Amino acid sequence: MTQPLKLRRVPAGNSFLRRLSADRPARAVYVALALLIVLGWLLFALDGGRFLSQENIVGIQQRSAALGIVAIGQTLVILAGSLDLSVAYLISLTSLVAAEIMAGADANVPAAVAAVLAVSALTGLVNGLIVTRLRVHAFIATLGVALIIRGALDERYDGPAGGVPESFQHLGYDRVGPFPVSALLWAAVGACAWLLLSRTRLGYRIYAVGGDAEVARLSGVRTERVVVAVHVLCSVCAGIAGLLLASRLGAGAPTVGTDGGYDLESIAAVVLGGTALAGGRGGVAGTVGGVLLLAVLDSIFNQLEVNSFAKDVVRGVVLVAALAIHARRRRTA
Amino acid sequence: MRRALPIFVVLAGLLVAIAIANPYFLEPPAFLAFVKRAAPLVILAAGQYFVIVSGEFDLSVGSLVTAEVVIAARLIDGSAAATWPVLGLLIVVGALIGLVNGIVTTLLRVPSFITTLGTLLILSGAVFLWTGGAPRGALSPQFRELGRGSLGPVPWSVLILVAVAAAAIYAMRAGFGHTLVATGDNDRAAALSGVRVARVRTAAFMISGLSAAVAAILLGGFAGVSAQVGQGLEFQAITAVVLGGVALGGGRGSVVAAMAGAFTLEALFTLLNLYGISGALEPAVQGVIIIAAVALGAVNLPRSRAAAAP
Amino acid sequence: MPGTAGRLDGWGHVLKMTGIGKSFLGVRVLTGVDLEASAGQVHAVVGENGAGKSTLMKILAGVHAPDEGKIEIDGRSVAFHHPVEAQRAGVAIIYQELTLLPERTVAENVFLGREPVRRGLVDRAAMESATGELLSSLGEESFGPRDLVRRLSVAQQQVVEIAKALSLNARIVVMDEPTAALADHEVELLYTLVRRLTGRGIAVLYISHRLREIFELADRITVLKDGARVTTAAASSLDTATLIRLMVGRELDSYYPPRATEPPGEVVLSVRGGGNARLHGIDLDLRAGEIVGVAGLQGSGRTELAKALFGAEPFTSGEMTPCRPRSARAGVAAGIGLVTEDRKAEGLLLNQRVRDNALLVARAVRRRQPGIERLLERVRLNPPRPAQEVRLLSGGNQQKVVLAKWMTVAPRVLLFDEPTRGVDVGAKAAIHELMRELAGDGVAILMISSELPELLGMSDRVVVLRDGRIAGELPAGATEEAVMHLAAGS
Repeated sequence: MTQPLKLRRVPAGNSFLRRLSADRPARAVYVALALLIVLGWLLFALDGGRFLSQENIVGIQQRSAALGIVAIGQTLVILAGSLDLSVAYLISLTSLVAAEIMAGADANVPAAVAAVLAVSALTGLVNGLIVTRLRVHAFIATLGVALIIRGALDERYDGPAGGVPESFQHLGYDRVGPFPVSALLWAAVGACAWLLLSRTRLGYRIYAVGGDAEVARLSGVRTERVVVAVHVLCSVCAGIAGLLLASRLGAGAPTVGTDGGYDLESIAAVVLGGTALAGGRGGVAGTVGGVLLLAVLDSIFNQLEVNSFAKDVVRGVVLVAALAIHARRRRTA
Repeated sequence: MRRALPIFVVLAGLLVAIAIANPYFLEPPAFLAFVKRAAPLVILAAGQYFVIVSGEFDLSVGSLVTAEVVIAARLIDGSAAATWPVLGLLIVVGALIGLVNGIVTTLLRVPSFITTLGTLLILSGAVFLWTGGAPRGALSPQFRELGRGSLGPVPWSVLILVAVAAAAIYAMRAGFGHTLVATGDNDRAAALSGVRVARVRTAAFMISGLSAAVAAILLGGFAGVSAQVGQGLEFQAITAVVLGGVALGGGRGSVVAAMAGAFTLEALFTLLNLYGISGALEPAVQGVIIIAAVALGAVNLPRSRAAAAP
Repeated sequence: MPGTAGRLDGWGHVLKMTGIGKSFLGVRVLTGVDLEASAGQVHAVVGENGAGKSTLMKILAGVHAPDEGKIEIDGRSVAFHHPVEAQRAGVAIIYQELTLLPERTVAENVFLGREPVRRGLVDRAAMESATGELLSSLGEESFGPRDLVRRLSVAQQQVVEIAKALSLNARIVVMDEPTAALADHEVELLYTLVRRLTGRGIAVLYISHRLREIFELADRITVLKDGARVTTAAASSLDTATLIRLMVGRELDSYYPPRATEPPGEVVLSVRGGGNARLHGIDLDLRAGEIVGVAGLQGSGRTELAKALFGAEPFTSGEMTPCRPRSARAGVAAGIGLVTEDRKAEGLLLNQRVRDNALLVARAVRRRQPGIERLLERVRLNPPRPAQEVRLLSGGNQQKVVLAKWMTVAPRVLLFDEPTRGVDVGAKAAIHELMRELAGDGVAILMISSELPELLGMSDRVVVLRDGRIAGELPAGATEEAVMHLAAGS
């Protein structure tokens, strides 16, 4: 070498700090979350309440759990460059499947859980096969599947049906110390997804397919299998959320998924968490941050007794503003 | 046109099937009633077409329709005198929402899926915030005349539909339409040819907003005031456009076919009703048909860009 | 370290390709090409654009299947149907466009599709330490296995590709124009890397236009021309002048339309001290009726010059008269047109009809739209069917549509970036004639081409770029050798 090279030195340290460095798309949402918590604390204080009271923290966790679980599934699909609009109806369907099979009896719980997992996995398989084999745009494919599920729901149910035994309702209402069981379930699903993405071959391939399907293919990745797998996993997450909501309601309900707006809100939470809608960049940590951000926002509104419709407005503004800031940072980076 | 042909065949087949079940269907009053029922969705599909062909999405039209109807009811509150000014206001609001969608998408570079999802949330929240939870007020008879009434034997909404369709076809034949399709096909090539890509796309969002305003005026008259009036219309409109053979991602398909797609959906619903298939199964059939239609389209058309040799 | 004569005698070939032939859509691209590579040696493959180098390498990589001929690796006959098969057989290609995932780490990219697993989980520690070892064996210390590829420079990304090749136990590494996107000091680093590869007994196939590099690195050189092998010889037996003659020497010179007899007209576009991130101190005048050729190696700033003049990637400093366009739209409005290098990505609306492509510019700037039939006739579109979809046309006809697009607005300046790349001989002549015709009508033309015969045959004078600067100017009638020497800086 004739002259010393002056290549930009990239920080080579390890561990935790690096994970939160600027390269991590999740960082922004946690900064925003921290600011929001401080803001919430101030507002509560002025209002004479305690933001960090156990009651409020539990409330935030409970509100987040179902959306959080769905959003984790949605994260996997979006990371692989796809999308799932069928989760809301699938949640309704699985809540009904669970409640009807349980029919109020403890003994039926395992069968009901198994049935829910089977139904949701099958739905995901159908989604995945339509996207990969029939080459239908994921938007249309999952929208079509959503409509099909909706037809089945409309045909069979007018209102809540089935019954969940008391033992199963613990899932929705109990807590361990300051942690509701539902939040622990969410954490468990999140941990599994994190492990999947960061430590398994499938996880690595999800990023590869979403980042550049052609590069993945040239490296010997079977891209279609990966897409089918993420759709199955996402639908299973929706099924788990359906179980959780059934345990909360004590019954299955044909509108529980759509009333919660889980389809679009889960996508919103994912992109708030810094995951790129086009795939290949982001992760579960960001999504958890995104869901918590929405929940903390909710809790602040509740305390201030702001009209519930104002929440939607603020959510919309937050969503668009966050993405605009994100687009700007990416361009200048 | 090759892409568009199947939808006309399907539409004709459905109309024939309806006519077999109900011989009166092809007589003017019944047929006009069908067109009248279809008009709002057809207009929405035409608007959505402009956005999709430019390579974007507009998810906000459903909640925009609801918002417009609720605003109209609150402001008119049964007063005949307020009807015309409010009609004008609705049009302006529609265009304005489209402008915001367009600017956020093109200048701030937020993916349109997210932009319009945000608008959806904001609109549905804002309107009810303003009205305090449930729609208030009432539409005036003059306002409802547009959606319900007719001029001689021809419903107003059919006339409005014809005018909208003519305007849409004209726009697509004019230079604007061509630059819009060019932008959706290859925005880089379009920009390097001097097309103002951001401006053209923003205009498409404004057209979509306008179409939502017109659809809201018709739906308000036809169906009255409710908080659910626009629910799911964005997905129905996108479905109709895609059924018409228009490619998501932009650059391919015609506005006539998109409108035909909307008619096809409506004919499908009519047929299902006639054969006694309950309204409940409607969405399921719709779901199957849309997947099948798009899948067939995808199989027939080889992927164009990747195909060429080195 | 040039190879010793004893190793050039043909024993110990890792790779032996014989009689390779390939056609695309009936056009013959390769005919009976032989190529060998030996362990521990650098074998350079040189030739003009279109000589067939890339196709030959893609056949080796399993991207294309050859129509005829056979490939042997270590004396065993192989046939690849997928790039992964070639990888498994020990062939690694480092393309000009790097095939890495920018959002993933170095280690994740190196082991993509082959992640080591322990107890069901990806063994990150093993992956990272293996990558770290590979990097340090390549002498790379400026980044580590955990860095995101997006954060690396092009040169560093190349090192990642090479590390990936090594992790695949590749014994044949193909490098396709590896220095095209590198800065000078990075090129030195690449030399070191190549020597490390050969030191490990890897056979390197090295494709480059830069003759200096080739003499620096290569043990043997194969010259390709028009899809056939001209010669293979020891690098020590050749010199620059001979090599250039072998590459460009042509039996039958193509016909080029006669130059204008009148002297060029007034200056219609002029730049003084034009500069931006890639260009420095550009002084250039374009005159009505004149065709100015631009020569330069890849990465010398040719395309950047055209885009700066047009306004798509504008100059940020310097004077430009009559105006300095700041956007493509402003360029069009100022009467400048750009025929881009990449027709499909930047020039055409592939799904639209000929008519809509041809009228695109006129519609964009709201000019009166001319009669389409006459226009298509003038650009010699054959057959002139305005309703045809452009993606179905041949490369030559596609390029004619691009020309038609600009002629609708009668620009004063037309910039051509590789106007005849991927165009058949007939269409090429038609495009040349048309360019001369436009110049005759008073249009100022700038033409970039890496095909020297074309450049010298068409241009009234040739400007040579090197490293973003104008290295010199040559009059009509200059020799290819003269251009090459200026461009390569030798």
